[in-house]
Amino acid sequence: MDTLLDVRDLHVEFRTRDGVAKAVNGVNYSVNAGETLAVLGESGSGKSVTAQAIMGILDSPPGHITRGRIFFQGADVLSLHREARRVLRGARMAMIFQDALSALNPVLSVGDQLGEMFVVHRGLSRRDARARAVELMDRVRIPAARQRVGDYPHQFSGGMRQRIMIAMAMALEPDLIIADEPTTALDVTVQAQVMELLAELQREMRMGLILITHDLGVVADVADKIAVMYAGRIVETAPVHQIYQRPAHPYTKGLLDSIPRLDQKGQELYAIKGLPPSLLRIPPGCPFHPRCPMAQEVCRTDEPPLYEVGPKRGSACHFWKETLGG
Amino acid sequence: MGRYVIRRLLQMIPVFVGSTFLIFVMVYALGDPVAALFGERAPDPATAAQIRRDLYLDHPLWQQYTHYMAQIFQGNFGTAFTGQPVLELMGSAWPLTIRLTIVAIIVEAVIGVILGIITGLRRGRSVDTGVLVLTLIVVSIPTFVSGYVLQFLFGVKWGVVNPSVSPAASFDELALPGVVLALVSLAYVTRLTRTSIAENTRADYVRTAVAKGLPRRRVILRHLLRNSLIPVVTFIGTDIGALMGGAIVTERIFNIHGVGYQLYQGILRQNSPTVVGFVTILVIVFLVANLLVDLLYAVLDPRIRYA
Repeated sequence: MDTLLDVRDLHVEFRTRDGVAKAVNGVNYSVNAGETLAVLGESGSGKSVTAQAIMGILDSPPGHITRGRIFFQGADVLSLHREARRVLRGARMAMIFQDALSALNPVLSVGDQLGEMFVVHRGLSRRDARARAVELMDRVRIPAARQRVGDYPHQFSGGMRQRIMIAMAMALEPDLIIADEPTTALDVTVQAQVMELLAELQREMRMGLILITHDLGVVADVADKIAVMYAGRIVETAPVHQIYQRPAHPYTKGLLDSIPRLDQKGQELYAIKGLPPSLLRIPPGCPFHPRCPMAQEVCRTDEPPLYEVGPKRGSACHFWKETLGG
Repeated sequence: MGRYVIRRLLQMIPVFVGSTFLIFVMVYALGDPVAALFGERAPDPATAAQIRRDLYLDHPLWQQYTHYMAQIFQGNFGTAFTGQPVLELMGSAWPLTIRLTIVAIIVEAVIGVILGIITGLRRGRSVDTGVLVLTLIVVSIPTFVSGYVLQFLFGVKWGVVNPSVSPAASFDELALPGVVLALVSLAYVTRLTRTSIAENTRADYVRTAVAKGLPRRRVILRHLLRNSLIPVVTFIGTDIGALMGGAIVTERIFNIHGVGYQLYQGILRQNSPTVVGFVTILVIVFLVANLLVDLLYAVLDPRIRYA
């Protein structure tokens, strides 16, 4: 399988008035064509920042990429000229944002916003672009697309708005889609429909998909592999089903244990104690040690590398064997 | 949209009646216009009574008001105490002031928005700080100071422009008075645009526009600017009326016989037909400008349209 995207040793920091926030600290991951990688983590774990760095839409200043490389279809995008980078965006890699209401421009009709992709990247006339916008809306199954193409984002329901976001990302049939919490702002029933649509379009176009989420439930059905992030690092990577059966990192284990389950009805729900660390002061050693039930002296001093714990599996825990066994 | 316009037009009626009646009362409170007409000399009681009858002054105030309004809507603004029909005064004064206001609006809108975009995008840099200090200085200097200083510098010392505007008052003659009139509003427009731009650069839809691979120019002009201009348009629209009424000082400095000049003369000489007539038109200008602003608002922000 050909590698579509390869992120190597990526470091991103935000230079703020309060100090330097180390948002991403040596992330490695790769996505093949047609493959879905789920990036899992709490807010502040660096999953969105990594995505923004890949897309080249990091707020800079204060954000800076201090180390690492990002290869997209073999080319190092960080060394590309600004204009070459812009041409990639939207056309070959596209992004779906969390809250479609604020992510869509309130004063432009959805037809204008969809059509703009064709006007800018393909040089179509406004009229042809609008026809393509209607096709796209049909494709993401928005009813009465022809009548609604001139409507504004606020005139659509949340689910329909997210479909428009998806249509916009799919417009030029990119090779890579990054979906940043695409269903978080939606009702549970609508969530399933939107995820299904996304997965279906991905299969049809054989796109690589990075699905950023904090919801383990969303991941299970659609993802091929998972990367769990904590404090700007990847702490565990694995094919999707193995991680559910036998997590190799205490943090992943904690996340899985904190999912409410029907067979545990009446019992107190497990929660990982404490809070994620401040990115301004990440603890030395393993960043998870203050919250880890298995922490030993070595965890406070030595940062664990990503140990190879099986075929295509990695865990950044000194005690991965014990975690895997228990 | 049509219903909205009709509703707004209907809302204008009570505002118009209320404000013109207030003006009428206030001018009436200035004193007896007949006494003012005769100045120092005591008028002959019979003549005074005759004039009162002719001028409809022997009726109660509210009747005077309705009579006056009825006359206005027939196009009769009455005669100033100088014997000149008020309509004639208006015919010479309004075109001057309208031209002056157009120059001022263009200056404040174009320069203000451009400066606002530049400073808003370069927040915290030296350009931003420089322009901010400059706007603060401009806002704190009264028009009669900045007007005379600029008139002296450009008109007398460097001789670039004519210090006094000719009765024809062509647009190029009005450039300097227009800048003087616009100066304070220009500072406000700059600051308003800057704040609005700065606030919206972090907006999610701007990030989306960048992620779509749009050129920076298009992101700024089509996505960022259109959203940021909504408060600015409101300000500029309501400023039209304020500029016309506030041109008194500027018109005096540059000797422009416009609305401000006529109003000033009218108030000095207790020339109530002139004052009430001009102010009534100003009220209408304010109301229409506000209506246009609200309509433009709906064009700029579709979320307003169906509210």
